Amino acid sequence: MPCFTFYIFNRKGACQYYHEWQRLKPVRSGAGSQEEDFKLMFGLFWSMRALSSALDPKNPAKQQMGAPQRIGDGCSFNSFRTSAYKLHFLESPSGLKFVLTTDPSVGSLAEALQYIYASLFVELVAKNPLYSPGEPFLFEPFSAALNKYMRTLGLLS
Amino acid sequence: MPGIYSLWIVGRNGGLLYSRDFVQLPPIEFNDKLRLASSWFGMCGISAQLSPMPDSSGIQLLQADTFDLHSFHTLTGTTFMLLAEPQTPDAAELLRTTVYELYCDYVLKNPFHEMDQVIKSELFDQNVVALLQATNRRWGVGLPPQ
Repeated sequence: MPCFTFYIFNRKGACQYYHEWQRLKPVRSGAGSQEEDFKLMFGLFWSMRALSSALDPKNPAKQQMGAPQRIGDGCSFNSFRTSAYKLHFLESPSGLKFVLTTDPSVGSLAEALQYIYASLFVELVAKNPLYSPGEPFLFEPFSAALNKYMRTLGLLS
Repeated sequence: MPGIYSLWIVGRNGGLLYSRDFVQLPPIEFNDKLRLASSWFGMCGISAQLSPMPDSSGIQLLQADTFDLHSFHTLTGTTFMLLAEPQTPDAAELLRTTVYELYCDYVLKNPFHEMDQVIKSELFDQNVVALLQATNRRWGVGLPPQ
């Protein structure tokens, strides 16, 4: 089962949705608590994005590192990989951040995350009248569709 | 088109020891380089901490929109960063074997070098530049800045 965890963050950096399929290293021995884990995760990809746009070798007009950035500006990143996992990242134009961690051997999931955003999140969460933007949610149809999609990708047995 | 942009070496405490561009790049201020190197060092630590699986290393490869950042962590804690074109073949291998070998031969074997000191070895510089420019030339990447 090569997919581990899935996060959705709102544009302010609060975690709206979290699901774990498999987590052999418990949060307690990582960040300490689940809250801390969300905060560290947001900090990690936020600074990763700042680093990507500061390092960007193809943009001569890039801003200095740390300058405030509008959503979608500058160079972003798709994924990073360590020896134990690979983290896939997608930022929607509205500032929602989708994060999926999988086994390091998995290829690019940029299109899969785009599908999760456009066809699952928008259809099953954003169009749900009970959903208030930016707030945590737990909708059964979304979770079921996410599991089903992971299975069709072959990431979940 | 594959190609190698630059090589950075970060010490055990997150300081930038060496940086060198191999093609013409938009300049990054030296202070920003120091900050980028040390934030990369910190991010590698945090990513290992946040890992959902036990025994994670630091980040080995960051795939951004316009570049790949390969990173190699030696057992003693020095970090090598190689900025390359996306889909550059063998970049990780190049870092792990050839660049590391040059570092051992010309930097570590120098009796006057101390760990975590800025690398000023001319021989190391010449050899790294020769090696990576030769690699770039094989891929047909433009002439280096002089």
